[in-house]
Amino acid sequence: MAQDVIPARLFFDQRFGVNSRDLDKVLARALEQRADYADLYFEYTVQEAVGLEEGLVKNASSSTSNGVGVRVLAETKTGYAYTDDITIENLEVAARTARCIAQDRGGFAPAPVGTAKGSPHDLYPLRREGSDLSLDEKIGLLQEMDRIARNSDGRIKNVFASLAAQKKIVLVASSEGWVIGDVQPLVRLNVTCIAEEGGNRQMGSYGGGGRFEFRVLTDNRDYERYTREAVRQALLNLEAGDAPAGEMDVVLGPGWPGILLHEAIGHGLEGDFNRKGISAFSNRIGQKVASERCTVVDDGTLPGRRGSLNLDDEGTPTRRTVLIEKGILKGYLQDRLNATLMGVPLTGNGRRESYAHIPMPRMTNTFMLAGDAAPDDIVRSVRKGLYAVAFGGGQVDITNGKFVFSTSEAYLIEDGKVTRPVRGATLIGSGPDVLKRVSMVGSDLKLDEGVGTCGKDGQSVPVGVGLPTIRIDGITVGGTQTSQ
Amino acid sequence: MTIDSSYREKIMERLDLTQDLAQEILVRAKKKGASHGDVVMVESESFFVTVRLGEVEKISQAQEKGLGLRLFFGHSSATGSTSDVSRESIDRLVQDTCTLARATVQDEHSGLPRPEELARQVADLDLVDREARSLPVEEKIRLAKQAESRALDFDPRITNSEGAEFSNEFNRVIYASSSGFSGEYEGSVFGLSVVPVAQHDGAMQRDYWSSTRRKFSRLDSPDQVGEKAARRVLRRLGARKVATRDVPVVFEPETARSLVGHLAQAVSGDSLYKGASFLIGKLDRIIASDAVTIIDDGTIPAALGSKPFDGEGLATRKKGIVQRGVLKSYLLDTYSGRKLGLPSTGNASRSVGQPPSVAPTNFYLAPGPHSPEAIIASVEQGFYVTELIGFGVNSVTGDYSRGAAGMWIEGGKLAYPVEEITIAGNLKEMFQNIEMVGNDLDIKYRVAAPTVKISRMTVAGD
Repeated sequence: MAQDVIPARLFFDQRFGVNSRDLDKVLARALEQRADYADLYFEYTVQEAVGLEEGLVKNASSSTSNGVGVRVLAETKTGYAYTDDITIENLEVAARTARCIAQDRGGFAPAPVGTAKGSPHDLYPLRREGSDLSLDEKIGLLQEMDRIARNSDGRIKNVFASLAAQKKIVLVASSEGWVIGDVQPLVRLNVTCIAEEGGNRQMGSYGGGGRFEFRVLTDNRDYERYTREAVRQALLNLEAGDAPAGEMDVVLGPGWPGILLHEAIGHGLEGDFNRKGISAFSNRIGQKVASERCTVVDDGTLPGRRGSLNLDDEGTPTRRTVLIEKGILKGYLQDRLNATLMGVPLTGNGRRESYAHIPMPRMTNTFMLAGDAAPDDIVRSVRKGLYAVAFGGGQVDITNGKFVFSTSEAYLIEDGKVTRPVRGATLIGSGPDVLKRVSMVGSDLKLDEGVGTCGKDGQSVPVGVGLPTIRIDGITVGGTQTSQ
Repeated sequence: MTIDSSYREKIMERLDLTQDLAQEILVRAKKKGASHGDVVMVESESFFVTVRLGEVEKISQAQEKGLGLRLFFGHSSATGSTSDVSRESIDRLVQDTCTLARATVQDEHSGLPRPEELARQVADLDLVDREARSLPVEEKIRLAKQAESRALDFDPRITNSEGAEFSNEFNRVIYASSSGFSGEYEGSVFGLSVVPVAQHDGAMQRDYWSSTRRKFSRLDSPDQVGEKAARRVLRRLGARKVATRDVPVVFEPETARSLVGHLAQAVSGDSLYKGASFLIGKLDRIIASDAVTIIDDGTIPAALGSKPFDGEGLATRKKGIVQRGVLKSYLLDTYSGRKLGLPSTGNASRSVGQPPSVAPTNFYLAPGPHSPEAIIASVEQGFYVTELIGFGVNSVTGDYSRGAAGMWIEGGKLAYPVEEITIAGNLKEMFQNIEMVGNDLDIKYRVAAPTVKISRMTVAGD
């Protein structure tokens, strides 16, 4: 939103003495060697974290980081230089370094993809500065979570609770003549419980957050729900048996199991892999890659979500991009470089971890739209299989399309009924194939609680996922019980 | 260069990172009421170039500084950090860290190491390659291009590439504490890697190879890197699923080291005192087969994980962690050691913004008597793991289930490529079931292992 431009711009001007005349000068310098595009990305981040273990708030930390990255694009080439010492002298040096990329360019001149004039979004519900929880209130919150967990069951032997609050001020100045900024809040609250019974020790974790103030999590008493969930999961794991091994029908519960979409198709649809032709989804736009029940979108415009942004990290407003519509592959996720080279519009997916990183196409919030099946009917439809409701992390090999994600709460389904809990197991499948096996889609779309972090090429960015209950007809479950 | 802005007056001058500055900060913190504290400063210069299909794709160059401060008020503590190393910013850092440290709880185990534990001298471990500072960018580009073209030219089925990269970093670490330690060291890291893509019958595969060393002269040649990557990607073409069953599993060094990494985490004091390890209370007990001896050694000259002192100023040293299957030592920093009633093992790791945590230095499975070929030849039907994906490892229980790719072993030979399967077991049993250890150890990463054979795991596929 335009209102954010002024504070971000003023902030960097006042703090580091960087005014618009200087920016123009540096950008002009960056373009000197027949470059196509140049931009400057200023970032100032403050973060505070507090942690509790063994009933005690032992750790607290605060950090401040700032820096600027200068990027120069020439055809397929990117020159990048960054420094954490924001001065005009350093910017000029960085511009000279970054532009050297353009020296040996050929004759190809890509068409400009258009400019970001402002963001239509105002996605972060913030109250007045200083209205969020005080340090003492944060410490009190963690102690309350510890108390809730320990009082709920004598088998809970340890509780780890932590919170982190970040505020990032960014400013992007482009050689197309625009300057745009954003102030991005991000909070996160996590709790892990360890339960013990007769030498059997198990863990349960839960958490949430988003782009808002901590007060949101206390006003809604979310912290209490997170804690009870972590306790429930730890206790449940005490009873869990060995997970089955082999291919079987799997029902995924709503919410965080949407990590399936992130791994199985999301990464494979990122523009860089597709421009290079190294994704299992390369050159497949318009083809059927999923059952007609599946419509999958990436949407960076959902208010307050962890994966949402008013602007991506290249200054492009975020938007909703349909990736798969009724089973047909519709689109890729783009940053500026890859959109330009592929001759397609920007999608607002150019993201980076910090000023020390080059932007690339990344997901925001990726989810499947709801279908019409009743969730109970989906479970009832399976004779013998797995019902997986909570997951840890996942990973994908974008070239052969094989992906994994690991359960942290799952049950056997026997004759249409959810029966015994089983230990964590990794599920493995093939991205271009797995959504073709989706035979039922529930009406219960849920987005995750706001804890996802995606890693790519050494860069971590916050993301969201979502899913209604779905049935997959056959996927490999990597347990240890080889009954068949 | 003249700067016309009046704001320049207000902008604080950036300071050089020195041991004197560290002492000055500690003195200032004491004046504000801190009883003791320590400072870590890191300065780095980094560069990378990626080339793809013979063209430079990205070049990145950077300079960074970071300053971290930990303060104690008696036994309560907090940490703070900044990348803005100016007087104004340091004043704020001291103030903010004091505020946080007063708010946390008094914890009798927290504090700095005792003065007599601190390193008396800073050993020269040959960690930096100063000559290679003058390596021209053109030469770095040439090396990356050569590694990639060697891979692309190796076989017509190699049709594409995710790119090749040359990278280097020079860094300097300063650590000073109010209990009397002050020291610094420099290091460098060079890397060369390539990710070729091969195609056959409409299916694509990619694989990689990389070489990472502290000395430029010790990097594998670009031809070696390219050829190794090419061979690895070619052998994956035509991969298939196999039927679910229990079989012996052989891990090549690239994947075996991840098993050793899981063990490093399980013997870390942090995990142990928190009750988050499958090896609690196992000191002096048998935790692995007698083929398993594991060492942590922070003093190996020019190795990646070497450093003269740890994140709390203690000298690093060589120690046996597992001796013929018996757990002989944990990895400890001062805090986790005190929690467990043991002295620190010099394994405090420190990043600028965080309090110390436990980390291995150079942590490796000692080589055994068997050649990798002999290990494969010992397997009638089994799986040879060349890649693992996912995070299916539970450090509390040892439960293990990960996605894998590799080669099927038939009659003692690598027969055909396999993908889209998982391997599962429990780390407690997996270490007990290590039947053979290879003689092919190369300590080129911080955590390293030779070829390893586990007698039985569950492979899940069709």
